[in-house]
Amino acid sequence: MARKKLPHPPPDQQPHEGRRNFLKQSSILTALAVTPASLLKAAELKLDEKAATYFEQVPLSLEINGKTHKLSVEPRVSLLDLLREQLGQTGTKKGCDHGQCGACTVHVNGKRVLSCLSLAVMQDGKKVTTIEGLEDGDKLHPMQEAFIKHDGFQCGYCTPGQIMSGIACIREGHANSEEEIREYMSGNICRCGAYPNIVKAIAEVKKGGQKV
Amino acid sequence: MINFGYTRVSTHKAAIDAVRKDSAAQWIAGGTNLVDLMKKGVTTPEKLIDINNLPLKDIRKEGNKLYIGALALNSEVAENELVRTQQPLLSQALQAGASQQIRNMATVGGNMMQRTRCPYFYNTDMPCNKREPGTGCGALKGFNRMHAIFGTSENCIAVHPSDMCIALIALDATVLVTGPKGDCRIPFQNFHRLPGDAPHKDNTLERGELITAIEIPDNPYQKHVHYLKVRDRSSYAFALVSVAAAVDLQGDKINDVRLGMGGVAHKPWRLTEAENFLKGKTATEATFRQAAELVMKNAKGYGHNNFKLKLAPNTLVEALKTATVKA
Repeated sequence: MARKKLPHPPPDQQPHEGRRNFLKQSSILTALAVTPASLLKAAELKLDEKAATYFEQVPLSLEINGKTHKLSVEPRVSLLDLLREQLGQTGTKKGCDHGQCGACTVHVNGKRVLSCLSLAVMQDGKKVTTIEGLEDGDKLHPMQEAFIKHDGFQCGYCTPGQIMSGIACIREGHANSEEEIREYMSGNICRCGAYPNIVKAIAEVKKGGQKV
Repeated sequence: MINFGYTRVSTHKAAIDAVRKDSAAQWIAGGTNLVDLMKKGVTTPEKLIDINNLPLKDIRKEGNKLYIGALALNSEVAENELVRTQQPLLSQALQAGASQQIRNMATVGGNMMQRTRCPYFYNTDMPCNKREPGTGCGALKGFNRMHAIFGTSENCIAVHPSDMCIALIALDATVLVTGPKGDCRIPFQNFHRLPGDAPHKDNTLERGELITAIEIPDNPYQKHVHYLKVRDRSSYAFALVSVAAAVDLQGDKINDVRLGMGGVAHKPWRLTEAENFLKGKTATEATFRQAAELVMKNAKGYGHNNFKLKLAPNTLVEALKTATVKA
């Protein structure tokens, strides 16, 4: 149903503000494409306002990287989209958006989870840590340092997820051997194949015994 | 994703009332499967009822049974001390499923309720009797490498994707359910169903019936257990074939044995005939091989999945070999 065709917007409505805004606008159009016909009809008049009325917003309080946010979201917004689109925290990456790649890994109440499969409304009152929340002032987190030292990436797209997962892997007590690290990091896919260096980075942080 | 309403409930009654009142409402727990299905347009509830505040997270001993609440997380169950020491087969099976991130979100009840990963079910452009009854089965003569070899029907050859459930069927678990008509207990064997002519029904629950827990009776299966999962990569992939083996071994003699097989049927597959054959016999590869032949009697391949006709018996033999040498 995501494939229904929409007419191209007339030239005067085409966005000029660059990719992110273009994507935002297309998402609204896509959303309308999968909205019941009656609502679409209502929405024809004034697209933005009508859409906003129908898409009921739910209040939400979240602590993200130590800062409390009072927000309001549609139930269908994923934690990943909330972070990236509403809060501008684009450190957390959208890879597959279907729970298959791990690029969107964040910590919620101390546990690593996939933000793409987490509905934001369901995180009400919880504490979220993202890659942006790791550094201490100007000082990088030991896992970030280790990834740089061991060249634990090539393109870098999976790296925030790898680092969040790597830290959790140590905290959980699942980084006792290279084999165990590989097993417990299997939810984070690296298309460049930097796995050997990622494993080395995590093993070194674990061995160093620093608090992660 | 289509938009939907959202409500949180904190009592069983409110949860049950919410889905009885509204035929388009659906419960959500961990959401790892449901959210994905909604993104793909496979499932389109108009309202989600968040049941995560229900008091169903306990893991405890109750008499001669292990009680595991339906909202206990997969990762917490897998690493729970009681589970690891008393039901290590369940712990192993859980660790073999998904990734740690998903296990940190997914619940026991949700694991049981997850839908098949058949690509025809997931692709709304394709026919699928499970998603849309009457449209036909795309997999039957299509790409069916991941599909079932046991208990199929001409309407559906999808497999149940869970690892956890393979251990639970081997361990004679019971499903505790509450609903509009009160509480009931469903033997795990009767929880999931075969496709028959109603493949849209994965299990025997009726609308408004909520899983509250599972119970596993005490058993002698602590030492000689093994969950062997064969898949396309060594971790984070669904099973081509998996075997849950639990053996009560005295010297070389098999006092008793429990066997489940995954990746081969629409429901977790219990190997009762092989169990009966193995009881009282000596644990040798030749005996295991004979048991595996019994298992394969009614197997049927559909082309791309014909390799499972060899892989399944081999996996069973290997699982039994590993289980019976473990100290």
